[in-house]
Amino acid sequence: MANKRVDEATGTQTVGHEWDGIEELDTPMPRWWVWTFYATIVFAIGYCIAYPAWPMISQGTEGVLGWTSRGALADELEAQEARRAEAVSGLAAMPLEQVQGDEQLMSAALAGGRAAFKVNCVQCHGSGAAGSKGYPNLNDDEWLWGGDLTAIQTTLLDGIRQPGNDDTRFSIMPSFGRDGILTGEQVSQVVDHVMSLSGLGPANPAGAQLFENNCAICHGPDGKGMREFGAPDLTDAIWLYGSSRDEITYTVHNARNGVMPAWGERLDPVTIKMLAIYVHSLGGGEDFTQEVAPEADDAPANEDDERT
Amino acid sequence: MPRRMRTMNEHSTIEAAGPRVPPPEKLFEKRKFVHPKRIDGPFRRFKWLVMLVTLAIYYGTPWIRWDRGPYAPDQAVLVDLANRRFYMFGIEIWPHEFYFVAGLLIMAGIGLFLVTSAVGRAWCGYTCPQTVWTDLFQHVDRFVDGDRNARIRLDAAPWGPKKIAKRAFKWTIYLIIGFWTGGAWIMYFADAPTLTHDFWTGQAAPVAYGTVAVLTFTTVLLGGFAREQVCIYMCPWPRIQAAMMDEKTLTVTYKDWRGEPRGSLKKAKKKPDAFGDCIDCNQCVSVCPTGIDIREGPQIGCITCALCIDACDRVMAEVGRPRGLIDYATLEDCEHEKAGGEPRPVWKTILHPRTVIYFLVWGGIGLGLLFALGTRNHTDLTIAQDRNPPFMLMRDGSVRNSYTLKLRNMESRPREMEISIEGLPGAVMWSEEMSHHSAARSITRAVPADAIETMRAYVVAPRHTQGQDFTFILRSLDEQGETDSGEARFDAPEGQGRHEAR
Repeated sequence: MANKRVDEATGTQTVGHEWDGIEELDTPMPRWWVWTFYATIVFAIGYCIAYPAWPMISQGTEGVLGWTSRGALADELEAQEARRAEAVSGLAAMPLEQVQGDEQLMSAALAGGRAAFKVNCVQCHGSGAAGSKGYPNLNDDEWLWGGDLTAIQTTLLDGIRQPGNDDTRFSIMPSFGRDGILTGEQVSQVVDHVMSLSGLGPANPAGAQLFENNCAICHGPDGKGMREFGAPDLTDAIWLYGSSRDEITYTVHNARNGVMPAWGERLDPVTIKMLAIYVHSLGGGEDFTQEVAPEADDAPANEDDERT
Repeated sequence: MPRRMRTMNEHSTIEAAGPRVPPPEKLFEKRKFVHPKRIDGPFRRFKWLVMLVTLAIYYGTPWIRWDRGPYAPDQAVLVDLANRRFYMFGIEIWPHEFYFVAGLLIMAGIGLFLVTSAVGRAWCGYTCPQTVWTDLFQHVDRFVDGDRNARIRLDAAPWGPKKIAKRAFKWTIYLIIGFWTGGAWIMYFADAPTLTHDFWTGQAAPVAYGTVAVLTFTTVLLGGFAREQVCIYMCPWPRIQAAMMDEKTLTVTYKDWRGEPRGSLKKAKKKPDAFGDCIDCNQCVSVCPTGIDIREGPQIGCITCALCIDACDRVMAEVGRPRGLIDYATLEDCEHEKAGGEPRPVWKTILHPRTVIYFLVWGGIGLGLLFALGTRNHTDLTIAQDRNPPFMLMRDGSVRNSYTLKLRNMESRPREMEISIEGLPGAVMWSEEMSHHSAARSITRAVPADAIETMRAYVVAPRHTQGQDFTFILRSLDEQGETDSGEARFDAPEGQGRHEAR
């Protein structure tokens, strides 16, 4: 029980509790303190009226100021949009090839491209753009359809084997085994030859002959690939579907025809541009002067801008 | 011994603790405004000096110029939040060097311990902003309304034209002081002349106006109205100091063994031997800025400003008794003198093991900071390896890793810097803005003055390279030739060279 007493030295009553000999005086609070306390209560009431506060059956009270967190988000997005407006209009006006010369637009494009990539592209290409089996790694220097800025932009705009898009990148690898073009043994011989191209196995003259008759039209006589058909270079170290004998046999037997959506139908031209610049910047982007493949990359940038 | 917390407004006159204790008279207490009387004396003059110096430092520091060349601001003390730099005369602190500021704060903390253990609550009595500004506002009171008695009369007087005019005048001065205080504060965060111009032409940032408004309000509220209530009810520092003080700590003490029992001059004349030196003139109470009675002993409301010493000494001189009835003394010395001992010199009371230890720690940290400041590198390299993907197989079988490098140039002039690879045989690198055809073992970059240059470095090592550690070395290409280096990891596919597909 509380043992209240009056402290001799101060003449003040104690609150009646004791902790190891330490007692507390019941000193009166200053009056301003209690007024401050009342003020906070008044503030709380005002706050509850002004802002959403009380939970009701179906939804909470709305508050007379009409503030909502959703509305605040919309305002912030709008403000962000306004801040980006200058970069967006600048990018829309500038031809793709020249963006790299403008430091500010370039950094805006890289940032925008990185963000758009995270939303639209990571599902297949991975968040680091490292790809996976069947989905190309965008960091390396191997490009099926071309790796300069306009080639990347064209791929983005029209996609790869996108049904219903006349401009889409298109080619069909025949299913040599499944469709009976080559017998099982012939397929095996071709696989031998393909593996020998990059030093994965010994040469096979019969396979080489078959390769020349059936494959060279797209992959080239020495297997270096052709970008106008999206035919991969078979002599390098990069294998989109794997370099094991089983995987290559599967490829020759059934064919591989990867697809990519035509993003020009979904994204605005500036976003496409930013994505092209971002993907180009990942480390494997090619210069315009280097290996130009004019057949594939003849779509000028401003023409693309008009397409939505 | 039970710890007692004393307050100075004791109305409870209950004498003895009986079995039945009446309920407290009231739960809340009306504020009794303190009207300290004007006093002059050595401590008051010292307080004037401290006030002058501290206010001059506060208002004047942002206007001191300090030439740092064309690439850095010329304000001696500047907290540049936008660019995340802290300038203090010849020292420039970057965010990653914030430990210097932390060190300064630790020094300030230990410095307060040191001061407390040596001279008690000197901080409270002389230099605390609450004390300095309260003092300033009390001088305004004195200037407008007159001294203690006039102010008490005016307070009690009904509202009339004269009182309204005086109050309006006084509160206007309060506002001006508050505004000036807030205005000086923002000058620490931007170039003072420019900000002053922008402020008066309406071009300053909204946060500047907001800060000035808030600080004007708090200055007027805390210095003009709350005053000693802050020390007694709000501030944690008196409590902390109470725990740090001991019997060797210098504090303002009423020597009750000399003063008691109190008696007026008249009574003392009648019975010369029955009374002590205290003539109960109450001067010590009326000059006290926190309104306490020092004769009740050391208490939380006492900020040890020593004005009561001035008041008492003056009275003692008038009545022809020795000074120092109220004086700076340690509790130990008080006991010593009470027992008839000679008063000890002040330096002896200040110099005891605790103060020496505090001083050594304080000075040690200070010297350590100075040493670190003097020998710090103005070049810094930070390496972050791209983890997604960690490595990249190229067409020719070579392996590429990517790194984000941050080259810090902490000099206020642009510098050429060279970044190079040590280890990792056969590897070359290029950065994003150059062609990979010009890849080399080292790259030269121009790093702007007082800035961080972020670059992506693509490092390519030949086929069959195994995962290994290597070193990036950053070197400034100037007469200083400062270097910094960092270990980095080069990742490669396992069993690389056997043509395993990823």
